[in-house]
Amino acid sequence: MTEATTGTRAEGLVLQRLRAHVGEALLDVKVWRHETTVVLAPKDLVRVCRRRRDESELAFDFLSSVVGVDRLNLAECSPRFEVVYHLYSLQYKRRLRLKVRVNEGEAIPSVIGVWESANWHEREVFDLFGVPFEGHPDLRRILMPDDWEGHPLRKDYPVEASPKWWEEEPA
Amino acid sequence: MVGGGAGVTTPRTMTLNMGPQHPSTHGVLRLLLELDGEVVVRCVPHIGYLHTGIEKGLESKRYQQGIPLTDRLDYLAPLSNNLAYVLAIEKALGIEVPERGQTIRVLMTELTRIKSHLVWLGTHAMDIGAMSVFLYCFREREQILDMYEAVSGQRLMASYFRVGGLAADLPPGFEAQVQAFLTTFPSRIEEYEALLTQNPLWRQRTVGIGTIRAADAIALGVSGPALRACGVAYDVRRANPYCGYERYQFEVPIGRVGDVYERYTIRMAEMRQSHRIVSQALQRLAPGPINVADPKVVPPPKRLLKTSMEALIHHFKLYSEGFAVPAGEVYQAIESPKGELGVYLVSDGSNRPYRVHYRAPSFVNLQALPRMVEGRLVADVVAVIGSLDIVLGEIDR
Repeated sequence: MTEATTGTRAEGLVLQRLRAHVGEALLDVKVWRHETTVVLAPKDLVRVCRRRRDESELAFDFLSSVVGVDRLNLAECSPRFEVVYHLYSLQYKRRLRLKVRVNEGEAIPSVIGVWESANWHEREVFDLFGVPFEGHPDLRRILMPDDWEGHPLRKDYPVEASPKWWEEEPA
Repeated sequence: MVGGGAGVTTPRTMTLNMGPQHPSTHGVLRLLLELDGEVVVRCVPHIGYLHTGIEKGLESKRYQQGIPLTDRLDYLAPLSNNLAYVLAIEKALGIEVPERGQTIRVLMTELTRIKSHLVWLGTHAMDIGAMSVFLYCFREREQILDMYEAVSGQRLMASYFRVGGLAADLPPGFEAQVQAFLTTFPSRIEEYEALLTQNPLWRQRTVGIGTIRAADAIALGVSGPALRACGVAYDVRRANPYCGYERYQFEVPIGRVGDVYERYTIRMAEMRQSHRIVSQALQRLAPGPINVADPKVVPPPKRLLKTSMEALIHHFKLYSEGFAVPAGEVYQAIESPKGELGVYLVSDGSNRPYRVHYRAPSFVNLQALPRMVEGRLVADVVAVIGSLDIVLGEIDR
């Protein structure tokens, strides 16, 4: 019981600070299963992230992961891509999920300046979804071969396919 | 030929390809090393050689069907991967496994931690040149593999945890088997330590090698023993308990300087703590249900199928279309032997996950490798890779 109450209070604090700072920039806020999700516009991302990291009351100093989602088959599918940032505060042991949404070809500002660990995470999203990150110093594929065509985790990419990615030597 | 990301090689330096078929890269890791004599000037890891599309595969399988795929991520700790996946689904479903089921999960994941650390210790010591430790470690690992076999019929890819509970209850005689292991294991750790901890050769190869500052480690997202070696006491079991870890007595060992040696001592201490947790879990084991009482999620006992119409229907529905998870998204982190293992699950309300992402601790920890080896000797690279305890299965997914 106490855990649930403190959980709710913590969620309240995080949202309160976010609203005070970027009230108009919060496109959507959702709390489900005690997890807070906030949707932002790409242009506000870096500013909000840096503030959340440096604010002593929140101190989201640890970036757990950056995940891509292709919303093609969801009921609400525009903009098509969603990039999800899982923030963690080592001091307060709290998590926060930030999201930005973009359409095909639109870039998202890189958060490497805020958390260095974003480097490989962003490369992974770029590789598997084809979402570019602006300001990333080394945006290359990371899991797939450099000359691979297509982005495997997109929903319109077949689960079973055998693409030809090397040429047979002529006999 | 210099791969992407590496700069122009000056006449003084040479570029060396280490891996992907190098025994000390623990799988198929390739490092592009730029060397000035024996000093590493630059290190660029190349990964992806073991990419098998597990996350894509999970999207096309029903929730229960995905579990065997998760075993294959960190194949040294299959049950940890199972656990993160089923906990995420259970969180989205809003169900909680009964006490006995949770205790067995804790017991098995802590044995998994010991098992994973044993492979790490054996291979790490062998990389550095201490051959015999490997043989000792695999002797004890064998006992844990026997326990895996006893509970699930499988020695490696157990898939023992299921959504809503476990595949089966513990077999008769299992507790005695664990007890026998617990009795001998502390003296085994003493044996490993007698071979290494004060060994001057071991210390020369590890003390002060591959150090990283706590602030850098946090910025790079390092977690697990590698982060705790820098003095940051972040352990998911303690910080955000799951499966009732808050009810167990254990310590979170931390280091000071964050070198290869401290990553070693911390994992040794963690094996002792896991031993403590397993003994407590064994004492907590009380008779009771292991699965949630929800026939929509957990299949009914086989014996009911011949007598109960409802049981037959539930059985048929579960194995033909599975169960649906309410639309939404959750993130569930656990402390795997390697660090924070997090599953991000997006559900569209159907019987298959819309998106599953594994935050693999090895993936993130490996990113810190260049920071640890640049400016040091090439021979230390092997020691540092070993100390990170990476598994390419979960890095490449």
